[in-house]
Amino acid sequence: MLSRHKLLLHGASKPVVFLLCLLPFFWLFFGALTDQLGVNPAETLIRATGDWTLRFICIVLLVTPLRVISKTPTLARFRRMLGLFTYFYVVIHLLSYSWLDRGFDVPEIVKDIIKRPFILVGFLSFLLLTPLALTSFNKAIKTMGAKRWQLLHKLVYVISGLGLLHFFWMRAGKNNFAEVFVYAGIVALLLGWRLWQFVKKKRLSSVSAGAASLI
Amino acid sequence: LAGAKSLVAGAVTMENISSYKDATSYNNYYEFGTDKSDPAQNAHTLVTKPWSVAIEGLVKQPRSYTLEELLKLSPQEERIYRLRCVEGWSMVLPWVGYSLSELIKKVEPLSSAKYVEFVTLADPKTMPFVGSRVLDWPYVEGLRMDEALHPLALLTFGMYGEVLPNQNGAPVRMVLPWKYGFKSGKSIVKIRFTDKQPGTAWNKAAKQEYGFFSNVNPLVDHPRWSQATERRIGEDGLFTKKRKTLMFNGYEAQVGQLYAGMDLKKNF
Repeated sequence: MLSRHKLLLHGASKPVVFLLCLLPFFWLFFGALTDQLGVNPAETLIRATGDWTLRFICIVLLVTPLRVISKTPTLARFRRMLGLFTYFYVVIHLLSYSWLDRGFDVPEIVKDIIKRPFILVGFLSFLLLTPLALTSFNKAIKTMGAKRWQLLHKLVYVISGLGLLHFFWMRAGKNNFAEVFVYAGIVALLLGWRLWQFVKKKRLSSVSAGAASLI
Repeated sequence: LAGAKSLVAGAVTMENISSYKDATSYNNYYEFGTDKSDPAQNAHTLVTKPWSVAIEGLVKQPRSYTLEELLKLSPQEERIYRLRCVEGWSMVLPWVGYSLSELIKKVEPLSSAKYVEFVTLADPKTMPFVGSRVLDWPYVEGLRMDEALHPLALLTFGMYGEVLPNQNGAPVRMVLPWKYGFKSGKSIVKIRFTDKQPGTAWNKAAKQEYGFFSNVNPLVDHPRWSQATERRIGEDGLFTKKRKTLMFNGYEAQVGQLYAGMDLKKNF
């Protein structure tokens, strides 16, 4: 037990996680340089960065349940970095769409966002993630107060839903939902666990309140 | 499978031909999977011999043709067509076949025949994704009679001078260069002449996204993306601006009159 905590607290643990999180980026970057991204490299890049954004949302949402269930409080150390990597991948996703698909034609992009719900929802998720990324340093928590900061960061629950909707709509035209349902299942499980914890806590406190009134 | 040079107007574009590798490893054929790399991986199970195509419906001569009979029905021609996928990418492909009108003439449609329906094989034993809920199987496509009789509508048996690879719709398929790629049914087992507009696969799956006509049209967007531009596979680099999509995929001079007076925004 102790060794696991030691491992997670080791000075190298954060750099290692950091590099692991960068692996998809390196893989795509060198793939693009060496023409290894398949027949339609632009499509590969746009889709892969979208996939990785969704995966990082799942990973971020996994931290708390994993921390509680495995009684490993040290896991919380990595949450901020994982959250920032979510933002990193969504920014590259947006950039690859704007550049490779739309040629940085801003009026075209604006038109796309207004006209197409699936792009609007994707863009909205990016907008909502931005304040979370901007308030990820310690001073922001102090300035905002822990309560308000926590409330703001609960936005990630909404963002995960919007991200799934974006993916769902993108696949809707071809009725190809298998992957969407896998991600939706994972997110539902992770959010469901939180709901269950919340209800359990509520019930516990009402039971103890009831007990108190008896005394 | 060799084809003589085609004399049909618009049948041979001078653009760079896409690589054989791209053409045979990046395409949609949902009976073998929804990823564009799936058909090349999974289509080896398709059995193309023996093969026959049933001609049914409103014709004087309903009968079944074996593939051998079809191959000999009219001289094979090479046609180099642009292919525009509804997803926003394009290729240039050298097909081998002859105008569908040659077959239509032989089977003598009745005057009541207004549409032609193409039915793709749906064999769950050899096509692993038949039975998935993505589409209603079998895959059905259709044309109005005048479209089907247009000389550019190609009954296709080969590409790149060879017989069709399984993943590209062996042993016989349609190629309709002025329409989005999915209109060109693959591995055809039945051609039916009807008086009613056929219920086509993608139209049934998503009516608001895929119309019956599905002519390439840069002015009518797909609900989820613009159709104004496209990426030419293998030719346009990662950072090349996408090229403009042409009306009827550049075949307006040949097919435009088929749609004269029609509201193409409504009949998309």
